[in-house]
Amino acid sequence: MLEYAFMRYGFIASFFISILCGFMGVFVVSRRTSFFTHTLSEIGFAGAAFGLFIGTSPVIGMLIFTILSSLMIGTVGNKVSRRESSISVFSGLFIGLGILFLSLANTQSSYATNILFGSIVGIGVNDLKTLITLSVIIIIAILLIYRRLKYNSFDGTGSHFNAGYDTAISIIFLILLASTVSVTAQIVGSLLIFALLTIPASAAKFFVHNVWGMIFLTFIFSLVGTWAGLYFSYITDWPVSFFIAAIESAFYLVAISYDRLKNHD
Amino acid sequence: MKSKVLTVEHLNVAVEDRTLIKDLSFSVYGGALTCVTGENGVGKTTLVKALLKCKRHSTKQVHFLVRPDEVQYVPQFRNVDDDYPLKIKDFVSLSLQNSFLPWLTKSEKNRIQKVLEMTKLTEIENEPLGRASGGQKQRAYLAQALVTDPKLLILDETTASLDKESRIYLLQVVVDIIKRTGAAVMFITHDPELIRRFGDYNLEIANHHGVMHEVKGDQASC
Repeated sequence: MLEYAFMRYGFIASFFISILCGFMGVFVVSRRTSFFTHTLSEIGFAGAAFGLFIGTSPVIGMLIFTILSSLMIGTVGNKVSRRESSISVFSGLFIGLGILFLSLANTQSSYATNILFGSIVGIGVNDLKTLITLSVIIIIAILLIYRRLKYNSFDGTGSHFNAGYDTAISIIFLILLASTVSVTAQIVGSLLIFALLTIPASAAKFFVHNVWGMIFLTFIFSLVGTWAGLYFSYITDWPVSFFIAAIESAFYLVAISYDRLKNHD
Repeated sequence: MKSKVLTVEHLNVAVEDRTLIKDLSFSVYGGALTCVTGENGVGKTTLVKALLKCKRHSTKQVHFLVRPDEVQYVPQFRNVDDDYPLKIKDFVSLSLQNSFLPWLTKSEKNRIQKVLEMTKLTEIENEPLGRASGGQKQRAYLAQALVTDPKLLILDETTASLDKESRIYLLQVVVDIIKRTGAAVMFITHDPELIRRFGDYNLEIANHHGVMHEVKGDQASC
């Protein structure tokens, strides 16, 4: 299996995606922005189609779309992004826009399925370089604002009253999230980003109860899921995304069962 | 003589166009518990929020004699549900913002231990906060404020959701802390018994005016 370059690239890429999901996922879950992350992946799809339409790379289109919408949510307020109706409106609008741009761009529908469902076995050295660079940038950014972000994410009310620059921290985080979604969507597809950014972290919080522990365990869950997904996909020829989603969901089921057993006996 | 940490002079408190409190003047002193009382909707929380806005830039009406990071506000409501994952000691550490290090220093860890001991949380420091009782949660909120070593602590209806026993226990913790650290505490409350037993001053707000007087033992004047 590892004699194929595309498999090696897949495994390396998954490692970095898992690091990203460890750092970002824990904060996504603690800030209760899971649904916005879902919407972001659809916004990313529309952005990628827009990128194809104007003739640049899909990543650029995704970055533009997701960062702009993050800025909007950051200034309008988180409440709006969590409201059920606004999530439906955004999802509908952006999937529609994505289809429009794809049709205007006159590309084959395989582009669309790539953006939505990913192509982890189709990435090249340059994709890998982009991915590693962005991982490094995002980790450095998170470490620089780590304490503020931790306060703001795990105790929004306390941070609002007792720490300065609270809105700025939220906006920075949303921009980092938008970048993460745009980059990782190239590899596992925009729909699965949602799964990797939310499920491993949601499972991890039932096992460990401090922030670094959650980041580490989320990383492990993502890594096991993506690597095992690649392996099963290789031997069965079924889609990687299916295996990743299934394995991560299994982790979550184990986590809530563990929590039930521990707290109700 | 006790040291002043905050003076308010001729302050009007308003929400949008509606004036809630007119021409309010009072001072808050270190080492004392100042209760803020009044009916629901009289503007107690609005007053505190108005004061907090002036934390970084004192105005003619509101003058803080301590640094902004020496003021801690413990809000009435927080987003902490049953699933809240962090251990009590990790929750307490969140407010430590005077460093950029992604880990806690040794002196910060010592400080956390000391505060957990002051708030009687040492035994359950490794329990997730979501699993703690109402009284334990309130003490954890208090501990998170205390870990920054505040000179002025503002408690907003901290005891409102607790039973009588937990209220008195919490207030005893607060009074001990005032004695040990000399901090000033503003305590928004409805509970006449707590004011009588523990309060040093009572700022009573009614009919758009506030009057502050000393609480004298058990005379039940308030």
